[in-house]
Amino acid sequence: MSAARRGAGAPAGASPVPRGRRRPRLAVWKFASCDGCQLSLLDCEDELLAVADAVEIANFAEASSAIGKGPYDLSLVEGSITTEHDARRIRTIRRQSRRLVTIGACATAGGIQALRNFGDVAQFAAVVYARPDYISTLATSTPIAAHVPVDFELRGCPIDKRQLLDVITAFLAGRRPTTPAHSVCVECKLRGSVCVMVARGTPCLGPVTHAGCGALCPAYDRGCYGCFGPTAAPNTASLAHRWAELGESPARIGRAFRSFNAWAEPFRRESEAQDDRLADPARQAKAAPAGGSETAE
Amino acid sequence: MTTRTIKVDYLTRVEGEGALHLTIRGRRVERAELRIFEPPRFFEAFLRGRGYEEVPDIVARICGICPVAYQMSAVQAIEDAFGLTVDPTVRALRRLLYCGEWIESHVLHQFMLHAPDFLGYAGAIEMARDHRPVVERALRMKKAGNEIVRVLGGREIHPINVRVGGFHRAPAPGELRALREPLRRARDDAIDALRWAAGLEFPDFERDYEFVALHHPGEYPMNEGRIVSSAGIDVDARHYEDHFEERQVEHSTALHSAIRGRGPYFVGPLARLNLNAASLSPLARQVLADIGLRLPCRNPFRSLLARGVEVLHAFEVALEVIDSYQPPETVPGEPSPRAGTGFGATEAPRGLLWHRYEIGGDGLLSGARIVPPTSQNQPTIEEDLRAVAERFVDYDDDALRERCEQSIRNYDPCISCSTHFLKLEIDRA
Repeated sequence: MSAARRGAGAPAGASPVPRGRRRPRLAVWKFASCDGCQLSLLDCEDELLAVADAVEIANFAEASSAIGKGPYDLSLVEGSITTEHDARRIRTIRRQSRRLVTIGACATAGGIQALRNFGDVAQFAAVVYARPDYISTLATSTPIAAHVPVDFELRGCPIDKRQLLDVITAFLAGRRPTTPAHSVCVECKLRGSVCVMVARGTPCLGPVTHAGCGALCPAYDRGCYGCFGPTAAPNTASLAHRWAELGESPARIGRAFRSFNAWAEPFRRESEAQDDRLADPARQAKAAPAGGSETAE
Repeated sequence: MTTRTIKVDYLTRVEGEGALHLTIRGRRVERAELRIFEPPRFFEAFLRGRGYEEVPDIVARICGICPVAYQMSAVQAIEDAFGLTVDPTVRALRRLLYCGEWIESHVLHQFMLHAPDFLGYAGAIEMARDHRPVVERALRMKKAGNEIVRVLGGREIHPINVRVGGFHRAPAPGELRALREPLRRARDDAIDALRWAAGLEFPDFERDYEFVALHHPGEYPMNEGRIVSSAGIDVDARHYEDHFEERQVEHSTALHSAIRGRGPYFVGPLARLNLNAASLSPLARQVLADIGLRLPCRNPFRSLLARGVEVLHAFEVALEVIDSYQPPETVPGEPSPRAGTGFGATEAPRGLLWHRYEIGGDGLLSGARIVPPTSQNQPTIEEDLRAVAERFVDYDDDALRERCEQSIRNYDPCISCSTHFLKLEIDRA
């Protein structure tokens, strides 16, 4: 995700999507992704028909063959940009969209497919395909905000459907979405879960991970693995240090930061720092500052 | 002789990005292609160098609609590599989780993606204007299936509770008991929904297919069984590659599967039903008989009914597992990695899903191969397109295009899944 956009709400003073004579027009778009975030809308079993009454679903290829032309009042964009064609397509969509909201880790941070960004893709493709010349793909997987301005980024792999409904409602009403930007730790406390890292020494990404899932993993006796990406100003170095104290190797710590939000800046920097430690074990001695108070309260 | 071109540039009501291209000369189809242009995501490459314990979370991201299927085949393959047997409670809970996914995925496809074709609507929202109770009933069933995945897996999409050896946390009996009543009501809905679906008008079309599915002596296949076919294949997951191969074709970012020396085959609900109907629950068998679906069924359009039978069966199995659930006394510990190759095959909603992993003694993966159902069905989908277009060649272009799209949807293709598995290793020794 772009630093400039991170944590941004609806643009200040955003006017509500016009109401009255016509229903607002909603469009859902797919780029490189698993379809799960747009499926979240169809998973709103109790609300789906009400949403369809309140807005005109003008373009949602996964759900309907009725494809209406733009402009659209609100575009929800799933997936990352991995081909030249898609890089052009997102610009067209932006021009047709009054508001554009990215949904999920692929659209917001490049997704798991951004793991290619850490390797040499030209070589990669040649190894992968019997006929690499049949395949057209970019060397990187990048978030939507790297290509066009984005009005709001909804986090998660997958997104949370209650947050999705809130964002749709917010943009139609002209208010800011109420998606808190604090860490998973806060959600854990709100849920009343015992801290898995403090109580049991289970490595957990909760202290540096953006809220949104409701602190699911600790409630299922496992550490957070970072589906919602970095929270604002995360102290990843301090957390990595704590993980090392718990006996985790630089390789494992690096992999933990390099998953579904690998290309999000703070996670990327931390996984690269762990790469450096792997390459030069002497640096492990002067690792992160000790006493990461935010990692274990 | 005139040449007609039937094209759909962006297929709708399927998961992922594909297109259809048909060239018809006179009454003959010259070319029939399901073009898949969904960009590849290279999962088999990412998996190299990752720890075995990360695999269930990573492979879930292949598909937002059937993440459980990927998790199930993956843990089975890794446990196979480690020589690990899971305890019966874990096995039962995995079936329960899979039931939830079958239900949500099948109902989504039957009533929101496929039924609109039979009734002439653009989608379920449009269909709901005239058939609101039908759509609402479907949403109730889908929700009941999703609730299983949410309670047991933590959330509906990319569940977080599956691990090698079992679950991170076994559910408390009360958590599962709370599912009972909604599931019972949804099971009754499933009977009504299936009877309603049986009243749809199915195109008169049959072909002779080789059906491939798992087969298990004691139960309708889901999590385990041997890979069998209607033409006599009967092998375990370890020997899948002896009988099945994949090829790359120019118009698709998904590989095409074939039975070695024979050609295309058919996986999915209709294949499972044709090969395993005797293992259905008594109620599912009875409703199957009531609606007059005769087996073996070679009309792919009737896959919609096969899904309905499986939904009913899945509700029955889910209730059975919940009723007999006793939480395990201990949580399984971390398994000891062992160098080797493991194989896993389970039945995803869309059909056979086969995994193979090479794992080192350090627990890191050195290779992975995943064959999803849609790439197995793709050559059969194209053969169907050819046959359907010739069978209905007298239709005007719009009607023929719609019939062709409907025939693609018979397979509930998951294009997102299929393209992520371009083969990464050159290992066909």
